[in-house]
Amino acid sequence: MRPIDYRRASSFDDAAAGQIIAGGTNLLDLMKIEVMTPDTVVDITRLDGLSTIEAEDDGLRIGALVTNTMLANDARVRAGWPLLSRAILAGASAQIRNKATTGGNLLQRTRCPYFYDTSQACNKRSPGEGCAARGGAGRMLALFGTSDQCLAAHPSDMAVALAALQAEVEIRGAEGRRRRVPIHDFYRGPGDRPDIETVLDRGDLITAVVLPRPLEGARQTYRKVRDRASYAFALVSVAGSVTMDGETMSDVSLAYGSVAPHPWMDHDVVAMLEGERPSDALFQRAADRLVPDSAPHPDTDYKRTLLRRTFIATLRQLTGLGDATGTDIARTHG
Amino acid sequence: MKTTLTVNGRSHQVEHDARRTLLDTIRDDLGLPGTKKGCDHGQCGACTILLNGERVNSCLCLTAMHDGDDITTIEGIGSPDRLSALQKAFVEKDGYQCGYCTPGQIMSATAMLREVSEGAPSYVSGDLDGAALTDAEMAERMSGNLCRCSAYPLIREAILMASEAET
Repeated sequence: MRPIDYRRASSFDDAAAGQIIAGGTNLLDLMKIEVMTPDTVVDITRLDGLSTIEAEDDGLRIGALVTNTMLANDARVRAGWPLLSRAILAGASAQIRNKATTGGNLLQRTRCPYFYDTSQACNKRSPGEGCAARGGAGRMLALFGTSDQCLAAHPSDMAVALAALQAEVEIRGAEGRRRRVPIHDFYRGPGDRPDIETVLDRGDLITAVVLPRPLEGARQTYRKVRDRASYAFALVSVAGSVTMDGETMSDVSLAYGSVAPHPWMDHDVVAMLEGERPSDALFQRAADRLVPDSAPHPDTDYKRTLLRRTFIATLRQLTGLGDATGTDIARTHG
Repeated sequence: MKTTLTVNGRSHQVEHDARRTLLDTIRDDLGLPGTKKGCDHGQCGACTILLNGERVNSCLCLTAMHDGDDITTIEGIGSPDRLSALQKAFVEKDGYQCGYCTPGQIMSATAMLREVSEGAPSYVSGDLDGAALTDAEMAERMSGNLCRCSAYPLIREAILMASEAET
């Protein structure tokens, strides 16, 4: 690790003085291998008012320093937004979740191996350097939303659930004004600057994530497919919330993980399902709309099939049709 | 820079570089080598300690960020003549082969048993109100601790034995 200056923030304004560190589970790891090389780290963990979960209208305001464990275990979250608890518990290990924060989880970096390997070209790490993943091994890369400059996928589970739950990110600007941005608009695509991943400006600080009121009677699930049963990043995940209005689906919300540079959503797919009776034929047609005809990297072609099956299995589960044969996900291991 | 830590009930002031991790502070500055360095990247769990009672990877903690915090290491939960219930169960059930991951396994399991008793759910829990300590629950909840010798079945037997001894 390169030498650093350590500063402890005593006010929100101090947060602009360098690279913010909170849980440190991703940043410290990247600093050790010199993928991230800040001169100054600013510890915000002692700032007041960022570590609580508070009721707001009928929803919840989750402080940016609330740990993954605290959020997943919160009785209100378990009851009203079970999708969020499930998604958080699907990620990382208990040790990491005890330290990782809500704000930090949103800002975690891709696990593309070329981003991690400083001997390889990476436009996200060093803009203009090139992309070694393009001609390299790429089974963890994205299916959607890539650019010529970057094919990497966002690894978060939590952010995918927050997207399906229509959460907003509360940001404090350098001048002290607070604004709220829907998760869907918080991330920007890689374009020609894959190093810039969000709409955050210099001096901005994430202060909270805000959940809207829970939907009465909604069925929710987070379905994650990975190489091993625990402590592994998703190959594909689907976060879903559906309310059955008699025999038809309403308030359908779906987000897809590890397939794009940010949680992926497709409003046309939702429109196909909203107000309709669940059936395999409908789910197949919706999957045809969702899944792209080709993958941006030959190694992620398998994700087209995997996303299709995971999407259909999730909808079957949410609408009571049951798991489709051959699409079960192992949930236990020996 | 200077940081004050309470480790296993004793207060220590350490002088260190800003880059120092709790893992290196504990092992090299405080002379407590029970906490192991495996991957140094949060993937193996060998460095697991209790930080203010919660299990964390000490390799992913900057010492400077933990001024005033309370730390428990493997040296703090028992001694050769007064083993903790988990230490005793690991010996009894032979819950290791080479032993390198064992301090991390035991620290992690110490916190995990408390989490289960408090009703914390896991990814494999049928509902989010918590779960009994089945083999699947133990495997999921201990997945942040790797054992290259793959002594997992005996580790789970030891944890189960300790949980029964405590209740």
